[in-house]
Amino acid sequence: MVIEPENASVNAAFPKIRIEGLSYWYSGKSCLEGVTLDIPDRAISVLFGPAGGGKTTLMRLVNRLNDMVDDTQMTGRVLVDGEDIYAPGTDVSRLRRRVGMVFALPLPLPGTIRDNVLYGPRLAGERDAWRLSEIVERSLQQAALWVEVRDRLDAPALSLSGGQQQRLCIARSLALEPEVLLLDEPTSGLDPISTAKVEESLFELKSRYAVVLVPHSVQQAARVADFAAFFLSGELVERGAGPRVFTSPLDKRTEDYVTGRFG
Amino acid sequence: MNRSLVQSLGFALLGLLALVVVAPILLVIGTIVARGIVAINWEFLSTMPHGGMREGGILPAIVGTLLLTLGTALVAVPIGVGGAIYLSEYARDTRRTRAIRLAIVNLAGIPSIVYGLFGLGMFVLFFRFGTSILAGSLTLAIMTLPVIISTAEEALRAVPQEFRTVSASLGGSRWQAVQNIVLPQALPGIITGVILGLLRAAGETAPILFTVAAFYLPRLPSSPLDQTMALPYHLYVISTQVPGMPLSVQYGTALVLLALVLSLNVVATVIRSYFRRKRPW
Repeated sequence: MVIEPENASVNAAFPKIRIEGLSYWYSGKSCLEGVTLDIPDRAISVLFGPAGGGKTTLMRLVNRLNDMVDDTQMTGRVLVDGEDIYAPGTDVSRLRRRVGMVFALPLPLPGTIRDNVLYGPRLAGERDAWRLSEIVERSLQQAALWVEVRDRLDAPALSLSGGQQQRLCIARSLALEPEVLLLDEPTSGLDPISTAKVEESLFELKSRYAVVLVPHSVQQAARVADFAAFFLSGELVERGAGPRVFTSPLDKRTEDYVTGRFG
Repeated sequence: MNRSLVQSLGFALLGLLALVVVAPILLVIGTIVARGIVAINWEFLSTMPHGGMREGGILPAIVGTLLLTLGTALVAVPIGVGGAIYLSEYARDTRRTRAIRLAIVNLAGIPSIVYGLFGLGMFVLFFRFGTSILAGSLTLAIMTLPVIISTAEEALRAVPQEFRTVSASLGGSRWQAVQNIVLPQALPGIITGVILGLLRAAGETAPILFTVAAFYLPRLPSSPLDQTMALPYHLYVISTQVPGMPLSVQYGTALVLLALVLSLNVVATVIRSYFRRKRPW
């Protein structure tokens, strides 16, 4: 792993997420090997690399979604705001409300557009009708979907196009006013126009949230990254400020990947 | 022989085989309707039997079967659906859950007369419920459980895993996912399983033989601890135990049982298609 001075500038602020010596095994097979990484607040951090590198696994460890998977082993620590999220007594539901996640495929829940946005807040116990309608408008606006759906909030979520569905999923996460937003290849199933819209909304979001993105291409990574980390076979190979990692990578393997020699 | 001829012959053969499946059902229904319809009138459906059951109606048997089916549902549905939710949503693949599954499969394979004897020993004698609707319903419920559990579990598992993941990622507990998404989505399948199980229970004779059924009891039950007549057993009795029984009464009774079961079937289909339409995909 290459450690470089410029990291200091990106991570000068207190990191939102700190990952310390994280290793992870699934059915005895290693997925992550000793990953140490700081993720800054109010910036887009991109985790990129070929498939099977452990990016998705890493993300799902940050909101403890991998608790749902059997037969796994983990060592190391994950800290959000300095708190160990795997410490005994952690309120996992609260953690997941603070660390939102958007998946590779748009996965609207059964029901209307409004139901989808309000799923999280309702589970969290929000009942006030006025507050709820405020949440719907705010979240859809932040996800750049409000204008397209404001007249049909009670239409089935599945009546939306794929790109709209994915922005609805982003809105659904934002409805909980999370502090961190994890996006796992959120544009992999989308056309270029929808992709551009989602990326635009990411630029909006980074003014408020720590955004962590697994991009669906190196080009997308280069377009949006403030900070980038390159993963290969469970190992964090290189990290640094976004533009630098793509224009002048320090590690040979990173260079080979960003120049398209493999992957 | 050219290919299209072979194909036509093949289709003809398959069609014939399909007909072989349908024919017995049509024959059974046709015969019962044709011979039984003459016995059906308001008196037959709404009065007590008399004259050695050769005359009068079959009301107590109809009411008894309805009550037994209701009692079975009250016991078997919560336990069966609850068990299915546990197996599909909570249980990990451990030795214990494998033992539970093995038990369910074996429960499904037990002959119904064995359930009858079990119900006699367990509910009638050991728990001292006597020969009663309670004992009969419990016996039928145990017999019905495997059907309900397996079909309900299958319906729950058919709900895409991603919904549970999404719900969890939004701070939902397992139960909140079950309550808000999984159960509503699986409901049509669960209802189908429940009704199929209850249909079997409604038509069974052996499990109620020693636990509830009365040979001749021309009054309506007034408590769960009463005995009652029931259609399948009554049919057995009047077909084999009562000499000089008019054939039309036997077929009439069979027709009523069949109509009851088939109408429940129709209800199941209607409920299922209603929920299917409401589902967004």
